[in-house]
Amino acid sequence: MSIVRASDETVIVRLAGTWELTTGLPSPDPVRQELASGRARAVAFDTRELRAWDSAAVTFLARIAEACRERGVTLDRTGLPEGMQRLLRLAEAVPERPDVRRGADRRGWLERLGAATVSLADANRESFAFLGEVTLSAARLARGRARLRGQDLAVFIQECGAHALPIVTLISVLVGMILAFVGAVQLLRFGAQIYVADLVAIAMVREMGCIMTGIIMAGRTGSGFAAQLGTMKVTQEIDAFTTLGIPPIDFLVLPRLLALLLMMPLLTVYSDVLGILGGAVVSVGMLGLTPLQYLREANQALTLTSCATGIGKSFVFGALIAVAGCLRGMQCGKSSSAVGDAATSAVVTSIVWIIVADGLFAVIFNQLGI
Amino acid sequence: MGEAHITVHDLTLAYGDRVVLRDLDFHVERGTVFVLMGGSGCGKSTLLRALIGLLEPAAGEVSYGATSFTKAEPTERDRILRRLGVLYQSGALWSSMTLAENIGLPLGEYTGLSPAEIREVASLKLALVGLRGFEDYYPAEISGGMQKRAGLARAIALDPDILFLDEPSAGLDPVTSRLLDELILELRDSLGATVVVVTHELPSIFTIADDSIFLDAETRTAIAGGPPKELLEGSTDPKVRRFLTRGQEDASGETTHG
Repeated sequence: MSIVRASDETVIVRLAGTWELTTGLPSPDPVRQELASGRARAVAFDTRELRAWDSAAVTFLARIAEACRERGVTLDRTGLPEGMQRLLRLAEAVPERPDVRRGADRRGWLERLGAATVSLADANRESFAFLGEVTLSAARLARGRARLRGQDLAVFIQECGAHALPIVTLISVLVGMILAFVGAVQLLRFGAQIYVADLVAIAMVREMGCIMTGIIMAGRTGSGFAAQLGTMKVTQEIDAFTTLGIPPIDFLVLPRLLALLLMMPLLTVYSDVLGILGGAVVSVGMLGLTPLQYLREANQALTLTSCATGIGKSFVFGALIAVAGCLRGMQCGKSSSAVGDAATSAVVTSIVWIIVADGLFAVIFNQLGI
Repeated sequence: MGEAHITVHDLTLAYGDRVVLRDLDFHVERGTVFVLMGGSGCGKSTLLRALIGLLEPAAGEVSYGATSFTKAEPTERDRILRRLGVLYQSGALWSSMTLAENIGLPLGEYTGLSPAEIREVASLKLALVGLRGFEDYYPAEISGGMQKRAGLARAIALDPDILFLDEPSAGLDPVTSRLLDELILELRDSLGATVVVVTHELPSIFTIADDSIFLDAETRTAIAGGPPKELLEGSTDPKVRRFLTRGQEDASGETTHG
């Protein structure tokens, strides 16, 4: 590019060679400076030596055109190739709407903190509203008036029951073995290795069985619920339920909630049994107990109350996972990245809720002396 | 006339055992607008997917210029793909990026421009499709028609030789759809690009098409080809006539009223 002054009033910009995106974007600054020096009243172009061009040249021209407009300088486009003139016209055809452009976020930290707090309150209100709707929907179900498809329920039961068995098996056996290892090291010092059976049995049945199952289900099913509902929200499938007069809560949330409520206790019992078996492997293999000794000891250690607390908690955890998953799914934004956020948030929410609830249960059971 | 830019030879497309289209033979000339038309479910979008390499043909071959695309090595394929721009049916903008970032991504990957320059080019592309000032919006914040235009801006980000548009005017109001048609013609003329459009919107077809083929769902192949206006005047095939006259002519070729 070179700049030639044809006369005092006209600046000729000569474009030559290749002007393409791959070769880089030329800077319009020399032309701007030339314009800033005063006197020039018109800009014209000479493109006889221009070999190849693409949007890079048009971007350059658009910037010069803008600079000319600012200074009230006439832009003579006749020297440009026809395609370039047309593209430039096209780019200028739709003027910018005045209210459209966005400035950077210039709010102070106090203002942003306030906005975050207000939106937190909104999110909480949403959560409570959702919880209320689920309760109402459950009440409709109890009166036999909820619109719930048995087929859906069966699919969800299979999905969060039978399909979860392999991972629950693996985790439970390993947790049982780990508990036995940890206990064995301590108890061996006192020659009390037989009590490994008590330790594993009580720990699995009261705490680890339901917590591990809860966390597994939060990770595989809760996030799944959030992603399913979130995608349905993005593709307006949930809106389609609403406009047909079918409450989406009845149709989408209830079967998922019921399926988890039904399956969590079963999975927990399964997990308890496998955990105790995992402990047996370590006790028999490492501590020299016979299987019969181990099982008899475990059997003595377990009471009905212990089993009931674990199973009772698993109901609650199931409800928490289903509600957290469905809530995050229904709150999902409108883009594909929002679906991912919803799934992540569902897992985090359910694990937090599970741990908090478990802490509360521990305090309550302690006070009740069970 | 001009040289063949895209050549399709004996192309058969199938999903598993189900043949969708067979024995397609046509070519698209450089610098023209070529329309793939036909009723719903005739395989228009499938053919488009095959042309841009998202679907491997069951038989036959697609060539760009003198190079076979179907038989090309992966690196050669990438080189060809880089010269193509595609507008997907629903825009397919990346929802986690702003419009400027959407358009800037290919520029950043394939040119040596600085971030500020990329933004300049992205602004120009948005201005070309009438979205000046929307650089910092996320796709979810703009309307469906705008998303489509932003998708077009991304498709032309690298000044492609060939532009593929999948139902560009579906879901747009008549005025916007008309503006989009004009934009397509303008891009063809000013950039000298070849444009392949999948559509079944008759006004669009008659406005923009230089050439076309008509796909038929029953016989699963192309049953007619040529400039749509000539097809309307000259074609004797009842299916083509019915399509091009919006069903106003019945199969016997007589005009019905209603």
